[in-house]
Amino acid sequence: MLTYVIRRIGVAIPLIWLGLTLTFFIMRLAPGDPTTQYINPDFDPEVKQLMMKKFGLDKPLHIQYWKWLTSFVQGDFGISFDRSRPVADVINDAIYNTLLLNGLALVISLLTGVILGILSAIKQYSRFDDVMTVTSLFFYSMPSFWLGLMLILIFSYLLGWLPTGGMLSVNYEYMNNWQQFWDRVAHLIMPVFVLGLASAASTMRYMRGSMLEIIRQDFIRTARAKGVSERMVNFKHATRNAILPVVTLFGLSIPFIFSGSIITEIVFAWPGMGRVMLTSIFQRDYPVAIAVVAIIYIMVTMGNLIADIMYAAVDPRVRYDSGGASE
Amino acid sequence: MNSQDLTYPQSDMRFSLWEYLLPGVSLLVRGRKSLGSLIFVMFFIPVVLFIWQPATVFSVFTGAAWDIYLASIYLFLLFLASYWLNVNLLQDHVTPDVKEGISEWQVGMRRFKKNNRGMFGLVILGFLYSVALLAPLISPYDPISQENVLQVRFLSPSLTSGYLLGTDGFGRDLLSRIIYGSRISLFIGFVSMTLSVGIGSIIGVVGGYFGGWIDSMLMRLVDLMLGFPRLFLILIVIAFVGPSIFWIIAVLGLTGWMGVARLVRGQVLSLKEQEFILATKALGVRTFKILFRHLIPNAMAPIIVYATLNIGIVILVEAGLSFLGLGVQPPTPSWGNIVDLGRKNLIDAWWIATFPGFAIVITVVSFNIVGDALRDAFDPRLRD
Repeated sequence: MLTYVIRRIGVAIPLIWLGLTLTFFIMRLAPGDPTTQYINPDFDPEVKQLMMKKFGLDKPLHIQYWKWLTSFVQGDFGISFDRSRPVADVINDAIYNTLLLNGLALVISLLTGVILGILSAIKQYSRFDDVMTVTSLFFYSMPSFWLGLMLILIFSYLLGWLPTGGMLSVNYEYMNNWQQFWDRVAHLIMPVFVLGLASAASTMRYMRGSMLEIIRQDFIRTARAKGVSERMVNFKHATRNAILPVVTLFGLSIPFIFSGSIITEIVFAWPGMGRVMLTSIFQRDYPVAIAVVAIIYIMVTMGNLIADIMYAAVDPRVRYDSGGASE
Repeated sequence: MNSQDLTYPQSDMRFSLWEYLLPGVSLLVRGRKSLGSLIFVMFFIPVVLFIWQPATVFSVFTGAAWDIYLASIYLFLLFLASYWLNVNLLQDHVTPDVKEGISEWQVGMRRFKKNNRGMFGLVILGFLYSVALLAPLISPYDPISQENVLQVRFLSPSLTSGYLLGTDGFGRDLLSRIIYGSRISLFIGFVSMTLSVGIGSIIGVVGGYFGGWIDSMLMRLVDLMLGFPRLFLILIVIAFVGPSIFWIIAVLGLTGWMGVARLVRGQVLSLKEQEFILATKALGVRTFKILFRHLIPNAMAPIIVYATLNIGIVILVEAGLSFLGLGVQPPTPSWGNIVDLGRKNLIDAWWIATFPGFAIVITVVSFNIVGDALRDAFDPRLRD
């Protein structure tokens, strides 16, 4: 097991390096630079030179690359051009907001998706199944920005129940503890719903399909023939096997918890990683952009690894000791 | 009289003239209701549009915009197809064509035809693509021109004002904009998916067939691409080259092929051990031909299922890009940028953001329904 993990990480590191190098050069070769946003008729070219020098962008590209790589390996992400703060701080501020939002969305969506998927599969072709299948299809096919806008329209403008966006109200400081708690929850409800709904729908479709496949197999019939109760057959024998692909799905969703969803964060003005990523691209804030890509890249690799390890943990048929079982 | 005549007693039956002249009606009368009405609609729409807008159709002969050419050609083909299908299906209906052995492909298509939900999705898709192609003939207003802005801006949807879905802040008719916007979404989704499928098939078939270091190199490339956050890559490239339809298609295509590559590789790994591939090798068929004439066609069913299920995602990503202002640029309408505009007027004009969203949902749902039905039809495990 340990050798397997080490080997996987060994394969992953060059990939991460290659991906980041590609990102570095694509960004540098893109037109525009961090000073573009300040340009106006009064902008002195000398100031531009000074700024470029301050950012270290006046040196040849390969020297910039080497400087970036050496400091990156030592854990130094540099200083944000746009915000004049260490990149680590910028990301630190955003990542907790994103973790809160996407972590909640992921947990809720997986739970509801798995439960509804199982129920839907057990009662295949029932009215419940029909309704669930059609509903999940619709939510799965819905653009998240549109769903978000419709929710804002209904719950914020029409009914006035929930705030339109952001994390806290303006008068948050003057509230008592309960009001503060409700304020946080109220700001979370719609974004969590939007993020969670699409993935709950896809988890449900996944779980239903996997469950239906398992239910048809011989060992389920054997269990029934032995006289195991219907409840036990469905929720223990079948579910334990059908949940395997969802475990993989969970591992693959891990990077999503950190990367944030650009569109949902824009619609609900949520100060998370997605917005950091988008503004860093627009402002040509190279250090921030590459740090965000690095985090996501590492998380994707870790997520894949965790998915495989968890798969081995829940599925006794998978063994990694013999070496070649990974592919 | 031999046995064959007994099986097909009506083989030389003649149809009356109205059955030839009114496509679909005869099938309707004979009990094939959905098929008959579909063919009748295919016949009816060109006739109605021709009578309604003869000037636009005839402008083809005096020089017109490319989209009017396209619409007129489509109209003409639809008209011809209704007659052709009518005659063929009528024959088929009266004297069914019984085949002894049918291919895997035909088995799948038969199972697909029995799936009502899938056929329904296919009809909706046909309708959507027809609307996109016929846009200049059916849209009530020009999607870009603004007439008398002060009088017609922010009109709410109504049946009487002539603006069915209302107007936006520039006084443009929303229905027309949605009709024209469908061209962007449907076209980009389809073309970039084709591109993805092309690249993915080539990489998958080469990796799977040759194996060894070629395979590991290609699969590492897949891993490399999968590690990138897709939207981030798209955003960087669009920021690099500027938002144009060509580049959006290229970027969406170039970032979406990894799934197809893995799928095709898996298929090829099992196919290449089968006897018919051994036979082609023994016959000395060139490798190129083995790859593209024997392996890929045999992997086609899962590829089509995958493409249909993922085209919806491509359409959603394109709409998201337009929503962020990085897709198709206004004033050219696309569903995403209409929603973006509506977002800015969400309180005073709810309809601008609402209706294009419905269009997106209907399109993506149809693709998913058809994809699900195809998957069920071609899945040998679900066969009874």
